[in-house]
Amino acid sequence: MRTILFLLQKEFLQIFRNRAMLPIIFVMPLIQLLVLSFAATFEVKNTTVSLIDEDGSTTSRRLVEHFEASGYFTVVHRTFSTAEADAAMQRGDVRMILHIPPDFERDLRLTGTAPVQLILDAQDGAAAGVVQAYAARILTAYSRDVRVDFVVPPPDPVAQPVIDVVFSHWYNPDLNYQFYMVPGILVLLVTMIGTFLSSMNVVREKEIGTIEQLNVTPIRKRDFIIGKLVPFWILALVELSAGLVVAKVVFHVPMLGNLWLVYGLTGVYLVGMLGLGLWISTITETQQQAMFISWFIMVVFILMSGLFTPIESMPGWAQKLTLLNPIAYFIEIMRRVLLKGAGFWDVQAQFWALVTFAVILVTLAVRQYHKVSA
Amino acid sequence: MDAVVVRDIAKSFGAVRAVVGVSFSVREGELFGFIGPDGAGKTTLFRMLVTLLLPDAGEAFVDGLHVVNDYRRLRPRLGYMPGRFSLYPDLSVEENLKFFASVFGTTVEENYDLVKGIYAPLEPFKDRAAGKLSGGMKQKLALSCALIHRPRVLFLDEPTTGVDAVSRQEFWEMLGRLKASGITIVVSTPYMDEARLCDRVALMQGGRLLSVDTPDRIEATYDRPLFAARGSDRYRLLKALRAYPHAFSVYAFGDSIHYTDARETADPDELRQYLRARGFEDAEVEPIRAGIEDVFMALMQAQEEAHDGHH
Repeated sequence: MRTILFLLQKEFLQIFRNRAMLPIIFVMPLIQLLVLSFAATFEVKNTTVSLIDEDGSTTSRRLVEHFEASGYFTVVHRTFSTAEADAAMQRGDVRMILHIPPDFERDLRLTGTAPVQLILDAQDGAAAGVVQAYAARILTAYSRDVRVDFVVPPPDPVAQPVIDVVFSHWYNPDLNYQFYMVPGILVLLVTMIGTFLSSMNVVREKEIGTIEQLNVTPIRKRDFIIGKLVPFWILALVELSAGLVVAKVVFHVPMLGNLWLVYGLTGVYLVGMLGLGLWISTITETQQQAMFISWFIMVVFILMSGLFTPIESMPGWAQKLTLLNPIAYFIEIMRRVLLKGAGFWDVQAQFWALVTFAVILVTLAVRQYHKVSA
Repeated sequence: MDAVVVRDIAKSFGAVRAVVGVSFSVREGELFGFIGPDGAGKTTLFRMLVTLLLPDAGEAFVDGLHVVNDYRRLRPRLGYMPGRFSLYPDLSVEENLKFFASVFGTTVEENYDLVKGIYAPLEPFKDRAAGKLSGGMKQKLALSCALIHRPRVLFLDEPTTGVDAVSRQEFWEMLGRLKASGITIVVSTPYMDEARLCDRVALMQGGRLLSVDTPDRIEATYDRPLFAARGSDRYRLLKALRAYPHAFSVYAFGDSIHYTDARETADPDELRQYLRARGFEDAEVEPIRAGIEDVFMALMQAQEEAHDGHH
């Protein structure tokens, strides 16, 4: 037991003496949290529009006003020539062309329907989809309005059934993307600190040759591993605290769940991720290799974690793969506990998954680390 | 009881046979040296003896304990200083020493008397980062750290490689004092001149021991006439000597050339006249006593010839 204390003392001495690493450990993650949380949003604002209004009527102008008033669209280019509008899109000046044909008002008056053409720059398919959804919503709302204007009395509800869907967004009523992103990014920071630092640590002892000196001492393998894991476990929890403070103060993220539960679950999660780092450390010979492998694993885990793209939208096989992704479980836990106020029993399944990861990864690392080489 | 007993120990890395069936023993309190060029297998042998590497075959006991079966009991009794400087460069001199004392379950104070002579010159720099020390000081610190738990047997793998001549001499003086305090010391070095400072030496080459004895007796095994030749044009002189009909071996040694005659006895005058006839007016030839290096060269040559005869 005393040996562990000496090992811990030594590790902390080294961590706090490293002038280059300290800011990386404590400042960079917070900057990332601030930058990413503001930047990573699914909203597509200020889509630039080229307008071809061949009708020029009050009705068509009102449609354009609807688009502009939504805040999602800005008309930056007006023309009567489709060729010119195409050229504007080709140059990248506009992301959408809104084409209102002649006789738009007349057709609406007479038949109750009139076509409108939307052309979207779909290089970024996801963004184009979002823009299309906005436009559809505006057109639907608008067509309800004009019906009120033109068709008096209102249409017979039996002949023309109107299904009015009213949405209510639970747990995040304002659809605030930051509420959704911040807990996820917090997970990312805690994960990166834990995994990267622990993966580079044992390798460093190999590089400077001290591992040989340690191996001839009577230090028990168990003590050595604990001595290597605990410092980064503590650091990552400190990091989590700093992140939670920023989440609360800067982003006003609701924290409905029990914070002790957050810490407890993070603690379990970290054991697994530190085990992963340690395992990488045991199979590599240089910090460069360790960094590369950690980075590779992290990128796959992060991109498939549901942080940026919902797991539900992945193909079936990819969804199955996320069952093996500890980050996915932990993001789920963080969002549920913070935003939904989930208790332990609500995240029990994820908890056991984390326990399984922790046991497997630490076992792997311990089995891989040998004081004696064959 | 011998401090180190090794029987037919062997280790290969893939196709490379690093240590090929080596046997020897080191007496308690002895200063025992392994002499051999890089790649002779010294480090591999040391790593097996300090329980870091499992031997493929054979067995070894250090301080009466089996290096594989009893490694746990053995480790506290071992001191090991690897060839590469391997302390924490970002920890201070004092922190390094304290750390290694603590992981062995002891304190610096408890064993200070043992390291005092070595550590005292470092005291004024105890707050300096170990990585910022000079080569000689690093080596003193590494030795202090390897000794701080009062080991019974100390293994030093090429401790003087890359260290200046003054520090090397100081280091060997320190080893002499340590030996006087009763610690068995096993040391390896590529420097032949250091062999004379050991009680006994083992000449190692290609994973094999060529000879194990006291430096005097090893030198005495050299049974051929040996001359040192000096002249202005060393390269031409070397070629001329090699061309001499009775030449057994000719090597450049420092500023002179060591010439060994193939016959039982040889006259230096005869060789002098041969050189004069070849135009080396200023060539000097004098008979000398063989050093360890001469023996080593001869043994290596014999081993190579035996090897070639094999194929």
